[in-house]
Amino acid sequence: MPDLHQLQIGDPVGERSYEPGNVSLFLYNAAIWNAHRIHYDEPYTTGVEGHEGVVVDGPLQGDWLTQTVLEWLGDDGELIEFEYSNRRASHIGDRLTTGGCVRAVDRESGEVELELFVRTEAGEITTPGSARVRLT
Amino acid sequence: MGELLTDEIRAAIGSSESYGPFEVSRREIQKYAVATEQRIAHFLRGDEAPPMFLFGLLRPVLGADQLEADGLAADPLMPKLPLTRTMAGGTRMRYARAVRPGDVVMATRTLTDIFEKEGRTGPLIFVVYELEVQTQDGELIAQETQTRIVR
Repeated sequence: MPDLHQLQIGDPVGERSYEPGNVSLFLYNAAIWNAHRIHYDEPYTTGVEGHEGVVVDGPLQGDWLTQTVLEWLGDDGELIEFEYSNRRASHIGDRLTTGGCVRAVDRESGEVELELFVRTEAGEITTPGSARVRLT
Repeated sequence: MGELLTDEIRAAIGSSESYGPFEVSRREIQKYAVATEQRIAHFLRGDEAPPMFLFGLLRPVLGADQLEADGLAADPLMPKLPLTRTMAGGTRMRYARAVRPGDVVMATRTLTDIFEKEGRTGPLIFVVYELEVQTQDGELIAQETQTRIVR
């Protein structure tokens, strides 16, 4: 649980790595009822759509960013606003790391803004995001 | 500027679509939580849904004969545009309350804007949607602004 009075701009939030594979992407797309072939049909994805490999869902990476925020926040705060955009495709076999830092702190209202990212091992950001939370 | 968008395309602004009511089950939350590799116990138990659970909940449940060759459903709120390559632009969500098992959820999505911009590689069309999610009793759950970019 972050301490509102100790927080500084630039403080990091915890990083976590994910290595999505065929099984984990299958489970995700089954759970959201998504049959888009670029997430499981490799010959179609590379041959017809011209991707490098089976594509990791953009909203799944958005979900990971909410996990980054909520795990940092703990039990005594809430997520008020969240935004992300998928800028680059990532593929099965990529190791993707989520993280971020504190961008603004309003000690009166208890609101904190976080800047977030999903990045590849090469350091490219695939999905930038931001969140506004309220510490209680 | 403004050469691609006809009055006919702009007439789609204001059209909307409703979803639900859908009753949320603990098992459905648990499936989503496990599939997204959550580590927070109340999500894994299905006591409360992770924020992005709403994305899956509002997807249409369609079979193979109702999907296009790429496995996707046609979006009834995407007007016929002179450009065809659609990219997810971005999304901004505002959360009012969490979803729990037993909640009956409804939503309305409205096409709120269509505009054109000159991109680095040519013209881009931006299509903006507002999504409002609430319980059947009218309690606000979340609002979302979605942008699709077509090039």
